[in-house]
Amino acid sequence: MEHKNWNGFNGGSWLNEINVRDFIQLNYAEYKGDGAFLSGATYRTRAMMKKVEALFQLERQFGGVLDIDTATVASLTSFSPGYIDKDNEIIVGMQTNRPLKRSVNPFGGMRMVRQACEAYGYKLSRKVEEEFRFRTTHNDGVFRAYTDEMRQARKCHVITGLPDAYGRGRIIGDYRRVALYGVDRLIEEKKKDKQLLSNKPFNTENIRQDEELYQQIAFLGYLKEMAEMYGFDISQPAENAREAIQWTYFAYLGAIKEQNGAAMSLGRVSTFFDIYIERDIKNGILTEATAQELMDDFVMKLRIARHLRTPEYNELFGGDPMWITEAVGGMGEDGRTLVTKSSFRMLNTLYTLGSSPEPNLTVLWSNALPEGFKKFCAKVSSDTDSIQYENDDVMRPIYGDDYAIACCVSAMKVGKQMQFFGARCNLAKLLLIAINGGYDTTSGIHIGPQMPVLTGDKLDYDTVMDRYNIYIEWLSKLYVNTMNIIHYMHDKYAYEKIQMALHDTDVERFMAFGIAGLSVVADSLSAIKYAEVKPIFDDNGFIVDFDTVGDFPKYGNDDDRVDLIAKEMTHKVITELRKTPTYRHAIHTLSVLTITSNVMYGRNTGATPDGRKAAAPFAPGANPMHNREENGALASLNSVAKLSYDDCRDGISNTFSITPEALGKTDDERVDNLVSILDGYFAKKAHHINVNVLNRETLMKAYEDPEAYPNLTIRVSGYAVNFHKLSREQQREVISRTFHVAL
Amino acid sequence: MIGKVHSLQSLGTVDGPGVRFVVFMQGCPLRCGCCHNPDTWDFSGGTEYTAQEIVRKAVRFKEYFGEKGGVTVSGGEPLLQAEFVKELFELCRNEGINTCLDTSGCMLDDAVEELLKVTDRVLLDVKYTDAEDYRRHVGCELSQVLDFLDYLDGQGIPTTLRQVIIPTLNDNEDNVLKLKEIADAHKCVDGVELLPFRKICQTKYSEMGIEFKFGRLPEPDPEKTAFLQELL
Repeated sequence: MEHKNWNGFNGGSWLNEINVRDFIQLNYAEYKGDGAFLSGATYRTRAMMKKVEALFQLERQFGGVLDIDTATVASLTSFSPGYIDKDNEIIVGMQTNRPLKRSVNPFGGMRMVRQACEAYGYKLSRKVEEEFRFRTTHNDGVFRAYTDEMRQARKCHVITGLPDAYGRGRIIGDYRRVALYGVDRLIEEKKKDKQLLSNKPFNTENIRQDEELYQQIAFLGYLKEMAEMYGFDISQPAENAREAIQWTYFAYLGAIKEQNGAAMSLGRVSTFFDIYIERDIKNGILTEATAQELMDDFVMKLRIARHLRTPEYNELFGGDPMWITEAVGGMGEDGRTLVTKSSFRMLNTLYTLGSSPEPNLTVLWSNALPEGFKKFCAKVSSDTDSIQYENDDVMRPIYGDDYAIACCVSAMKVGKQMQFFGARCNLAKLLLIAINGGYDTTSGIHIGPQMPVLTGDKLDYDTVMDRYNIYIEWLSKLYVNTMNIIHYMHDKYAYEKIQMALHDTDVERFMAFGIAGLSVVADSLSAIKYAEVKPIFDDNGFIVDFDTVGDFPKYGNDDDRVDLIAKEMTHKVITELRKTPTYRHAIHTLSVLTITSNVMYGRNTGATPDGRKAAAPFAPGANPMHNREENGALASLNSVAKLSYDDCRDGISNTFSITPEALGKTDDERVDNLVSILDGYFAKKAHHINVNVLNRETLMKAYEDPEAYPNLTIRVSGYAVNFHKLSREQQREVISRTFHVAL
Repeated sequence: MIGKVHSLQSLGTVDGPGVRFVVFMQGCPLRCGCCHNPDTWDFSGGTEYTAQEIVRKAVRFKEYFGEKGGVTVSGGEPLLQAEFVKELFELCRNEGINTCLDTSGCMLDDAVEELLKVTDRVLLDVKYTDAEDYRRHVGCELSQVLDFLDYLDGQGIPTTLRQVIIPTLNDNEDNVLKLKEIADAHKCVDGVELLPFRKICQTKYSEMGIEFKFGRLPEPDPEKTAFLQELL
């Protein structure tokens, strides 16, 4: 099959099947130079960005939410077209009819929508209440099936942040398919898949698949309608770069109109776009300046994407994030780099439009990346604190060279794999529950196997570990079963029609579990093993505090005695999780990632044997506890690098803050040294790192005077935020983190 | 062999080229008024390590060193434990790790000469260019340091000269031009770094209950330091 819009492209198997990777491999041009070719923002872009900045300011003044349409349920076609400045926009499309206006999306759950409206001074309309009166939401379904024990586990926060009240997210449609093939071809292929199914036995699995294909096809039709409302016919392949970006954006826009998932990631589009951009430049249609302008206008649209959230949600995921994660760079399986000029153009938006948390720009780092690109990334990091790095050399052997990152650290092959998101369990709290024989002192809830409280005036390591293992086994089973219910119900009541239409029909699924409090547990167990930990009992005979005497090895100092405890802990948890079968045969994975919920997890956890006080925040993700690192930054990185990606296939998040002075004396030195640090860390097979190059004093000033720092962006845990959007408590926690300083 | 070590810093980017693992030795014979590590003076303090133990730690950071980085031994005064540092550097070289010595150059004996044979770069503190200042504010002779530099030149060991710029004492053009003369007269010198005097170490002095002699002096104006650096 040929199409006139593919003129100039090299053909291959992508012509006969849906195969974007094949198209990229046969058509892209690697770029090994530096960023000198880049253009700045055009006059049009600057003017447009001023309008966007003004809208952001207004949104801040309105308390974080500019407007809510409480009467119109979000869908692909329910809102008339919206614009920032219709005549001057190059890439168009908005979630609602006005920028930053949020819509209601009750398919995941009504309660959350009602509460979110009320939190910002609105009331959900009677119309929507009526429409959903006889409709089961995902949230309704889940709570019909939850067992008492699941409710209790949720209530006492030993499992928290579960996607049982809104969209689950973490699914990346292959939005590029719409640009490359046009919607008609995608419908045709899906119809073929549906036809093939008719020869199979009609069991539960195939009936469900059959209905899902029907929905996918229907929604691809709605996607075309949505584009038509903006005056575009996307039934055919994109003809040029502008259309390729517009078609891809429409597909993404359809997804975020339909779903309010926590993380709605973009995928890996830069190098795909590059093929169209370079063809247009060659044909005299684009210049470097207009190519950058296209990228800028696209990214500007991503920056104004919003979902309606409750304040409780923001406690978990501070800063109103969408996780529009775009994976940039990486290497190909054939040894060529996947870095193109458009990888630079994408990162360059942090200069042309200013620093920003969204899109969540994620550089896939390999030691083999071209030096020019490495240095450019390090410079952008130093200047903007807006990018994160993930180890392509560790992921590529597993996911090939056309994977992307959902949310913060979750790798998946684009269009071929998806995941069932599962938040995280609180391992530190679980340790306390285990020591107390199935009692949570913070909530006063009895949960899990009921046993005697550990006695004696000193905790014995082996006894504690034996006891802990019993509770890990118990929680793992409960956790998998809880997730099975959630995702069964999400598929049933809030299935992602557009996103799954942009996947292969035969998709591979992960079930992504997570843990919080790893460093607290590692240090606590180390204290029990190497120091003397005396339990302190309350009047009812429960252990509520500890008196820890003597020194003990602390995670974050490159000391195997404790680092290996952390490593073994992740191994133990994933091994236990694997023992309970998952819904739809999903593959069990594990992450060490907290987002900003480390503050909330800490608040709900009593004092721990490592000396952490009751209610004090945990360190985020896989970070060592704040200020326990005694041997400097690299020792801290080495400790985290010991955690095994084989055990934690859903990612291991580390957030690293260093002052400019500690990174070197001149700008050039800082860039070179940051490249060395990233090369070294990833050569150690570490998975992920957020890099902040800033002074604690800057954050303290921003804490005191938020209005003066509206665009201060920092990486927190797997994503970036505008500092001013964090809660006061989250801001204080970020300030208290370790900053690696020059001695 | 056993050495007395004040502390280890896994990420050093200001003491020698590239990313470096820095070993701060314990003990110093000098008492510089501007010293920012008074806790390294007392030779009876510190933690004992064998050279092998230190190298085993350093090797764990090899991946971060890139082409330019490596191990820097600073202090305190590393020359006081020259035999230990020599063994440490030999072991580093066996591992292919670049070695850098951060010193005041206040002594030169057989042991120090042996150490310099396995040293890839020296960061030499020339604290003042005036002999009287040396006597009053350091506690050794300028000539000792210049002899040390002559020796480095003779051996052809790449050297960076460093000087802390202290307002009222050496923050003037005359001094910096003299420093430049010294640098120009020695082929081994391939760089001169001026470091601004800092007072964040005041807390260390307070905790130790000793006087920070230069605590009364101001920190230099960054523009002035930059201007002086331009002269070089």
